Amino acid sequence: MVKKIKKIYLDYAATSPLAREVIEAMKPWFLEKFGNPNSLHSFGVEAREAIEKSREKIAKLINVKPNEIIFVSSGTEADNLAMKGYALANKHKGKHILISTIEHKAVINAAKWLKNYGFDVEFVNVDRQGILKLEELEAKIRKDTILVSIMFVNNEIGTIQPIKEIAKLCNEKGIAFHTDAVQALGKLSIDAKKFGIDMLSGSGHKVYGPKGIGLLYKNQSIKLEPLLHGGGQEFGLRSSTENTPAIVGFAKALELCYKEMEKESKRQKALRDKIIEEVLAYDFIKVRLNGDREKRIFNNANFSFYGIEGEALVLLLDEYGVACSTGSACSEKTLEPSHVLLAIGLKPEEAHGSLRVTLGRYTSKKDIDYFLDVLPKAIKRLKEISPYKK
Amino acid sequence: MLYSKKVMQHFLKPKNIGKIKNADGIGKAGNPVCGDVMVLYIKVGKRKKKGKKEEYIKDIKFETLGCAAAIAVSSMLTEMVKGKSLEEARKIDNKEIVKALGDLPKEKFHCSVLGKQALEAAIKDYERKKKN
Repeated sequence: MVKKIKKIYLDYAATSPLAREVIEAMKPWFLEKFGNPNSLHSFGVEAREAIEKSREKIAKLINVKPNEIIFVSSGTEADNLAMKGYALANKHKGKHILISTIEHKAVINAAKWLKNYGFDVEFVNVDRQGILKLEELEAKIRKDTILVSIMFVNNEIGTIQPIKEIAKLCNEKGIAFHTDAVQALGKLSIDAKKFGIDMLSGSGHKVYGPKGIGLLYKNQSIKLEPLLHGGGQEFGLRSSTENTPAIVGFAKALELCYKEMEKESKRQKALRDKIIEEVLAYDFIKVRLNGDREKRIFNNANFSFYGIEGEALVLLLDEYGVACSTGSACSEKTLEPSHVLLAIGLKPEEAHGSLRVTLGRYTSKKDIDYFLDVLPKAIKRLKEISPYKK
Repeated sequence: MLYSKKVMQHFLKPKNIGKIKNADGIGKAGNPVCGDVMVLYIKVGKRKKKGKKEEYIKDIKFETLGCAAAIAVSSMLTEMVKGKSLEEARKIDNKEIVKALGDLPKEKFHCSVLGKQALEAAIKDYERKKKN
């Protein structure tokens, strides 16, 4: 068995560790400042103030009003609230919803659920590079289209969608536009107002914040039906006692991301580009880069290797101490290959050999050197076993 | 996904990898669309057991494109049938392979079926060649 010499995390699109500063900022809100923000006494008041301050900070970062930020438990909940909440509150306007074929499962499955309630959901295709076909979106818009949901940055192949153009199109036609920005928030500067975004989902644990916290920005003109009913917290849209430490941590984490954005995006891009250049030059295996080479988030690389299988590659890399991810069917309980890889036109056998590498703030040049040292070894071991040698 | 120790052992250090030159039988199962392809190569020998002539698997090798489970099944299967008479080898059930591996996740059971199919195909291939 291979000795585990190092442990290198290259799966930041799955989740990220807490920044030290974030856990420090959160600590008091677990311990001495534990009050329920809905209480009248000083314990409650200080918690309420911390939440509202956090809301203001985040609102400023994406240029929206504080009362347009709703804290929820996750990116998935934000997507569900946007999709179901909007559809149910606006069904009198129409029943037609458009989403892309590469959306996160949270958007796809929320949309599919809405079909049970009479909504008509249609998919808009992406091209082979994983970029939305704008003309197709425009052509599919109907008189009764009420909602369009297109993700900002794809979680698997990292492609950045033409959000401004999509928003403009929707704004002109008076259709609400939601974007799942879980992989974009904290990495790209987003001006929700200027871009014309009506709703935007974000998540804490992708930005070095805690798990269990997410947000939905919704323009104040947008009406939503809540999913949770109770004490009426979060402007009546998300009843539940607020998660003060997580909210404080989320705001702190995002602040740090914005502070480091310029520096980190350049640094990570250089490391990521090194990976892409080196892997695409392999002469011992056929390989392709999944997703547009240029219009992709700076920390993502996604490859398909021919003649080997992704789950085996991920497990073998794990033995070398490197953590990555795959869109192979064999890694899924459903035994279905990644819908994103199929949507960009990959054959199932190409999707099976996929490897996603995502970098983050704590990825060093040394980590990448080590990864690039062990990746060929892992691939060659699997090729030796495989009947497909070319 | 959590694999048993035995699966990980066979995945990380698979036994009997490769082709057999001039194999007596070659069996293939699965297809790349499903993600798994298993190819088994067998060399058949003849021996006398209790006064009876029998054919047995003298050597066996495999090549597999697939997940850790598929590779572990291939490796375990080759170990299990090596030296067995063709008759005995044929009787091996996919559940026996799973058991020998100390269990497989449910969604990976089909990998063990693949192993059995590849072995059957290899033996059939040998018998067909023998007739011609």
